Amino acid sequence: MKRKLLEVLLLLGLLSAALCGCGGGSTGKTAEAGPADSAGTQDPAAQPAADHPNAITVGIAQDLDESLDPHLAVAAGTKEIMFNVFEGLVKPTPDGDLVPAVASEFTSDGTTYTFTLRQGVKFHNGDAVEMRDVVYSINRNRLAEDGGEPLIPALSAIKSMTADDTTLTITLDQANTEFLAYLTLAILPEDYDGQDTAPVGTGPFKFVSRAAQDNIVLERFEDYWGEPAYLDKVTFKIIENADSILMSLQSGAVDLFAHLTSTQVAQLGDDFNIEEGTMNLVQAMYLNHAEKPFDDVRVRQALCHAVDRQQILDLAFDGYGSLIGSSMYPAFGKYFDDSLTNHYPHDVEKARALLADAGYPDGFAMTITVPSNYQPHIDTAQVIVEQLKEAGITAEIQLVEWGSWLSDVYAGRQYQATVVGVDASTMTARALLERFTSTAGNNFINYNSPLYDSLFVKATSSAGEAAQTEFYKEMEADLTKNAANVYIQDLADLVAVRKGLTGVRFYPIYVLDLAGVRYTA
Amino acid sequence: MNYLLKRVLAGLATMLAVSFFTFAAFSLISGDTATAMLGTSATPERLAALRAELGLDRPLPVRYGAWLAGFFTGDLGVSTSYSQPVRDLLAPKIALTLGLSLVSFALITAVSIPLGVFTAGRRRFEGARTVLNQLGMAVPPFFTGILLSWFFGVGLKWFTPGQFPDAKQDFAGAAVYLLFAAIALSIPRIAMTARMLRSTVQEELGKDYVRTAIARGNDRGQVLRRHVLKNALPPVVAFLAQTMAEIVAGSIVVEQVFVIPGLGQMLVSSISNRDYPVVQAIVVILALWVVLAGTAADLISQRIDPRLRLGGAA
Repeated sequence: MKRKLLEVLLLLGLLSAALCGCGGGSTGKTAEAGPADSAGTQDPAAQPAADHPNAITVGIAQDLDESLDPHLAVAAGTKEIMFNVFEGLVKPTPDGDLVPAVASEFTSDGTTYTFTLRQGVKFHNGDAVEMRDVVYSINRNRLAEDGGEPLIPALSAIKSMTADDTTLTITLDQANTEFLAYLTLAILPEDYDGQDTAPVGTGPFKFVSRAAQDNIVLERFEDYWGEPAYLDKVTFKIIENADSILMSLQSGAVDLFAHLTSTQVAQLGDDFNIEEGTMNLVQAMYLNHAEKPFDDVRVRQALCHAVDRQQILDLAFDGYGSLIGSSMYPAFGKYFDDSLTNHYPHDVEKARALLADAGYPDGFAMTITVPSNYQPHIDTAQVIVEQLKEAGITAEIQLVEWGSWLSDVYAGRQYQATVVGVDASTMTARALLERFTSTAGNNFINYNSPLYDSLFVKATSSAGEAAQTEFYKEMEADLTKNAANVYIQDLADLVAVRKGLTGVRFYPIYVLDLAGVRYTA
Repeated sequence: MNYLLKRVLAGLATMLAVSFFTFAAFSLISGDTATAMLGTSATPERLAALRAELGLDRPLPVRYGAWLAGFFTGDLGVSTSYSQPVRDLLAPKIALTLGLSLVSFALITAVSIPLGVFTAGRRRFEGARTVLNQLGMAVPPFFTGILLSWFFGVGLKWFTPGQFPDAKQDFAGAAVYLLFAAIALSIPRIAMTARMLRSTVQEELGKDYVRTAIARGNDRGQVLRRHVLKNALPPVVAFLAQTMAEIVAGSIVVEQVFVIPGLGQMLVSSISNRDYPVVQAIVVILALWVVLAGTAADLISQRIDPRLRLGGAA
């Protein structure tokens, strides 16, 4: 017995020796690398802030794996980061206002917009911004190449544009109070064709490099016209794996990480402050109105009643998130109509009654298509599946990869229901609401409401801001009453910021503004 | 010589077939480069225009032919997502993945062969050994990777998880980092190889010639080294070659856990982006890798066992 035990111990010893053999080797290497290491990777908690390189590493879950040209980039994640590099004539503020940027001032009567070019604005390549760059940048988005669709269709409202060295006058075909929001489009140098890979803008940070699936480096732009960024350098590190995200934060490799889950935040510990903003997404179970039985308003209403949204927040998001009842989120302020939020209270009986009325007394089976790379949407769908069971609906989740989602669900409209979040590309209600007009190319739910279409025409042609807001709210109400989709929430945006850092600003659109981020001490 | 030529031709044929099937698979799955590039801003007109620009509107054989022509003239094309030449994009990543794979392979060989031989002759601690072995095989590399990162990275701070050092500036740091990833990657294969070697050695030990050799007064250890190992190794060598191929597949997962910017992450994301020039290049590299490993294994087996050499030439 004793001998057997001894042999077991010996075997264990051998195994650990084998492991230590490698471990031992690495200890030696670590010791050698020690001094160099501690110089390179300073432990922020252990050292006074003055000894820091004035730089941070920001973790992001997805690479900017597309064109970096701001006029051509399409992914929300790319625009989120490149917000630091580019500016338009005007730029958004955290409050949702638009303030002059490349323009020093502007006036407008709704139909005619006049901009004065700000003096002394420079591109990151050192060239001064001239009026021809502004005209080029606007025209690039406004005029279609060889007869196709322009990059920003809304700019086709421009009737004429006249410019001298300092003043730009834009005349619209009719009054449009929202037009200004489109002039956040990036001003780019006319004589430069490297935007795809080495973008040049006028923002507080300039682009330095991108290593595919590895990192993106930005540096402070010293000749910035406005209040300069605090940090010298920001490195964006791409970390896709959820466990690695946590470890990178805890090991000190990453100082700031946005869009964390409540579970990740709970595990982070004391080294971080958690800032809570909103993601500025309309998360919903979007329904394809061209597919039976979702063409029946009673079925859609039944779904709305069957889903308990508060329970979704509690179960999948630890209570974080704000409920919504239409295609608008609270950060949009005046356009958000809170009275729609609880239009469909959780009521299984009512759901069953509506289903019976629609001819489905025993419920039906449906498929919810969810992009597999968005865990919050998968979690949401899983809770919904359970909740729908109570109303007699058998739902099944189909996970598809993002590329397939884009082509089959979004472009092909071949699906029954899908859980995703829709964002606003500009700070206008139009950016969220136009897609549900019956003829919109991106109306992926096939929504068709003549009232909605006519309201949209009224909203976009109304000169008064108050009247316009009213029309938009009526459009939202139309979506709610017709139960266009099962609206759920605007997700909470949980940002982990290493202690000692401050200045994260939240916007009503999906951007990560780093110009204000700085070390406190 | 004849044999080598045959291997080279067979290898080339394999790579051609693999590249064609990958290419064809891309036209079968839903979504193409244009839908991936345009994302949610896609409209039918824009899609059509982009497809024409990228040449995606041409029939499959034509597109494959164009790619192949480029490949043989050393032009791997331009990544559709990064607008950068594929060659520049992949060069640093190949070095990393290759490094990680080679370190893992060295670990597997160096640990599993002595371990297998050592445990073969000793039957007494069967129970503990089986448990350890099963554990080694069953725990997936990503989990081992997470444990190692927690313990040695976050805890002991021997390396900084999520911050892979630039090998040019801090070679030792990069080596340590890679080593931990390699350990996570190799443990299951070490367990498998050791177990396999142990059973083949045990099988040989039970054969008549061993009994005869020992009966004639040979030292047991000498018999093991000189005769038994020679006969027990060829299947293990073949297995190790297969391991070589599988390590590369496993490195895709381990690279993600350790945040190493290698080929793995690149392959996954370029499939998602339908970035076919990048996918094609990576797939061909991996195919070449597998072909090379297989050829090497054959050659080594023949060195060990001359009987195989005759079989190969016939």
